[in-house]
Formats: sequence, structure tokens, C-alpha cells
Amino acid sequence: MSDWNELYLEVILDHNKNPRNNEELELYTHEAKGHNPLCGDRISIQIVLENEKVKEAKFTGSGCAISTASASILTETIKGKNRSEVESLFENFHGLVTGKETEKELGKLAIFEGVKKYPARVKCATLSWHALMAALEGKEETTTE
Amino acid sequence: MIKKGIKADFPILNQKINGHDLVYLDNAATTQKPRTVIGSLENYYNHINSNIHRGVHTLSQKATESYEDSRRKIAEFINAENQNEIIFVRGATEGINLVANSYVKPLLNENDQIIISQMEHHANIVPWQMICEEKGAKLKILPMNIDGELLVNELENMINRKTKFISIIHVSNSLGTINPINKIIEIAHRNNIKILVDGAQAIQHIPIDMKKMDADFYCFSGHKMYAPTGIGVLYGKKNLLDEMPPYQGGGDMIKSVTFEKTIYNDVPNKFEAGTPNISGAIGLGIAIDYINDIGIENIAEHESNLLEYATEKINEIDGVRIIGNARNKASVLSFVINKIHPHDIGTIMDSHGIAIRAGNHCTQPIMDFYSIPATARASFAIYNTKEDVDKLMISIKKTIEVFK
Ligand SMILES: Cc1ncc(COP(=O)(O)O)c(C=O)c1O
Repeated sequence: MSDWNELYLEVILDHNKNPRNNEELELYTHEAKGHNPLCGDRISIQIVLENEKVKEAKFTGSGCAISTASASILTETIKGKNRSEVESLFENFHGLVTGKETEKELGKLAIFEGVKKYPARVKCATLSWHALMAALEGKEETTTE
Repeated sequence: MIKKGIKADFPILNQKINGHDLVYLDNAATTQKPRTVIGSLENYYNHINSNIHRGVHTLSQKATESYEDSRRKIAEFINAENQNEIIFVRGATEGINLVANSYVKPLLNENDQIIISQMEHHANIVPWQMICEEKGAKLKILPMNIDGELLVNELENMINRKTKFISIIHVSNSLGTINPINKIIEIAHRNNIKILVDGAQAIQHIPIDMKKMDADFYCFSGHKMYAPTGIGVLYGKKNLLDEMPPYQGGGDMIKSVTFEKTIYNDVPNKFEAGTPNISGAIGLGIAIDYINDIGIENIAEHESNLLEYATEKINEIDGVRIIGNARNKASVLSFVINKIHPHDIGTIMDSHGIAIRAGNHCTQPIMDFYSIPATARASFAIYNTKEDVDKLMISIKKTIEVFK
């Protein structure tokens, strides 16, 4: 795991510096907070689900570059997707960062492949996804522990 | 002064990590082990291994002698009155739990109070919370200032007739603060309160003298002072240990057992139920030999020079802030960098072969106090050099560059 370049790709660094959709929604249908007690990261996700489709997605909170970029890209990726599409995206994304699956179509999410060489950082990459899943299930909070 | 080439005594340091010579700066988490300590483990299992206090055969006697010899060395190292005041435990954590359960819990009544400080390691918070919960007692927190110094003058005001015990960290693992422990102990004793000092981060950095300090209990872990993991020490004053009930029951801690009645052994055996970590205890004795060969005063001076140098250098870098600016500090350098999360710092530094710690260091209340999620922490030991500090600084600059 020598080369940090494989982890901190330009796109990830950019999303860390200029996170997209990084604000609160005034009106939303689902919300949950994700907390990683190990590193203190907190990410909240808010979405508007209309006719079972994600119409809006925003996040707030603070975290490391990986968790911030992941949340930022998540909000971009899930827009327009329905519940089951989002669920299968998460499944594939989880497989990617834990080094299990690589063939699936992941689009932009594929840039997180470098995480698989850093097991300690998997929870950073998946924090916002866990929060999103909790929101969809109607829970208010989740932790990575 | 400290002799040159100390790194060569530590085989693990002679390796490349991610293509760079390893620079190990996570010593507050655990230190590396010198060849002599590693050798003592091999020697023990090759030539001595046997159970202690139980056999008449030659090996058992040898193992018992080595184990007890180590206890004697530890007693000398901390200038304890009596070697029976040295109890072998798994580490600082077990030492604190032992005191909490065997000494403090029986004293506690509803609404009684125990005082700890704002800068405690979780190991010196949770055991107290557990017994307070059980007994309906309360934890009181001695506050600190923004530099990470305890407001010791407030201690006197916090103490009242409900106060049953005080437990305070000697040196902070997150901030490096060396607390004015003599003064704290003096205040406790003036109010007739017994005190435990968590010495997990002090014992490897500064001379410790139990007779001068006069703590009622003092605990530390072997693995942070060049010894193996799984062995540590609880020091307790003999008269207190004598009156305490055992912590665990089992073999070795008894004089006689019938189904009707058991007569407990004397200290320290009363607190060492079951087969202990014999090789670890012996290894701890060898680690103390190693420290004594160099001299704890020399170690203190060397590390304090390193800290001073590192503090000066890190202050020259824009956007870096030191967390913990106590006037009296041991060789712990906690810092944060503007807009870069400590975990990202840790990962980039690892790619440069530099091992630091990133996280809350088991001191979440300190992170809350400073409103930060975590810090990056470099902590120095006898084998670290100015060159290591220079590499750390270069790595910090490169890290800032990456996230610019
Ligand atoms: C100040 C302090 N107290 C207690 C502990 C717990 O030590 P151990 O985990 O070896 O029992 C540590 C170790 O991190 C520490 O730094």
C-alpha cells in the first residue's frame, strides 16, 4: 500500500476540497446521521424521495478526505435512482472498497477502488452510504461500529 | 547524553516501510523492544519455561527466581519500600480495574464522589463509571485550561466529605502534559483521601520514586516501556494491599482451600490468581535493565531535547497547530493541520514510512474539549533522533502539498 496516489486520486481530492451538495435541505423526506466513533467523523444525509425515486440529496458534516469525497459523490450518484437501484449500488460499492467485486458497473464510484488496499479506511468510504441506508430504512442514526 | 546507535538495539527499526526506512513515532501507543528483551523471551522458552511457585523441580525454581527477580528490579526502579508492593497485572488498565473493584468499590455509598480529570485515558474513566453506576456514586472532573494544564487549585474546592477517592493521570498520552502529581497527592492526603496515579505515559520518560511521590497506588504497562505486551504493574502501599479483598480467585492466591473456607495468600500473591505472564514479567525486568543501562535521566533529557526541537520546527510550518502546550511536557507532540483530517495525515505519512497515530487516542473528552474530531500524534522514544524529526517535518509539508 505504498502509493497514496492510488487512494487520493485527483477527483477525490477535488471533491474533498469542493464538496458538491454540501448543504442542508429545507424540505426532505428522509434523513439520517452517520457516525464513525473511531475517528470522530460525522456525516448527515438528507434526501427527497418522490415516487420512490431520489429527487434531491444533500449532505452535511465533517470527515476525512475519503469520507467527504465519498459523501459528495454519493449525492451526485444517487439522484434519479430508485430505492432498489440505490441499494444495489451500495452493495457493489461495498464490494469494490473491500476488494470483493470489480466487474460491476460503478461509473464514477469506481475511483474509490484504491480504498481496498487500506482496510482501515473502508469505514471512511462507506460512512455516508451507511447513513443513506439508515435514512431509507427510516432510522435516524447509524454508527460504523 | 545518550549513546549513538541505539536504533541498532531494536531489530524491528531496521526495515523499509513502503520503500522508506521506517521512522517509528507511535511510541505512546507502544514502544519497540530491544534485542535483549526479545532474547529474554526466547531464552525463557528455550531454557526455563515452567510454572512458578508450584514445583520442586529445577526449572520451576529457576522460573520462580527469574519472575521474583523481576519484581525486585521493578521495586528498585520505582523506589518502592517493599518488593511485595509490586503486583503483576496485564497492564495499566487491569491495574486501575483492580483498585476500582478491590479498594474503592467497598468504600462507596450512594452519592459518594470520585474525582478524575478532564485529560484521562478511557482506561481511567470507564472503570470508575462502572463502579459509580453500580453504587449510585458520582464522577467529578477536575478541569484543565486551553494549554492542557490541570487547574490543580480547584481540586481543594472540589473535595468534600463525599469524596472517597482520586485517580489522576501522571502524563497525558494525548497532550504530553506532565501533571504536578506531588502537589495533587499532597492535596489528596491533606484531605485524607487515597489516590491512584496512572503512570502509563510517565514511567518510560521520567524518574519515578514512590517514596518521594507517596502515591497510594501507581500503575503502568510494560509494553510502553520496551517490554512485551500483556504485562504491567500495579504498585500499592503494603498496608492498603493487605486490607484489600482479592480481585480474582484461583490458584496461587490462596494459602489453603477447603470447601468450607479459603485462606488467602499474602500480597502480592493474593492479587496474582492463576498462572501469570511469566515470560512477560521476566522481559519487563530485562527492559528495566536496558533503561537503567542508558539511565532514565539521560532518556528524559534526550526526549525533552527532541520535543523542543520538534516543537520549534513544527511551529515554523503554516497551518499547523499543536494541541497541548503545557509548560511541562513529555515527548508527545499532538497536532492538527488546517483542513486536513488526521486520518489523511496518517495515511500519507505512512506512505513515507513514518508511523504516527491519528485518532482520539482513547481520550474522547479531550477531543470534545478542543472541539476537534481527532489529532495526529508523534511521540518520541530513546531510539528517535533529530533526523527522524526532520523526516517528520518534510512529511508534514508534503502532506499539506497533497491537499492544497
Ligand atoms: C495514560 C494511559 N493510561 C492507560 C493506558 C492503558 O494502557 P494499557 O492498554 O496498556 O492497559 C494507556 C495506553 O494507551 C495510557 O496512555
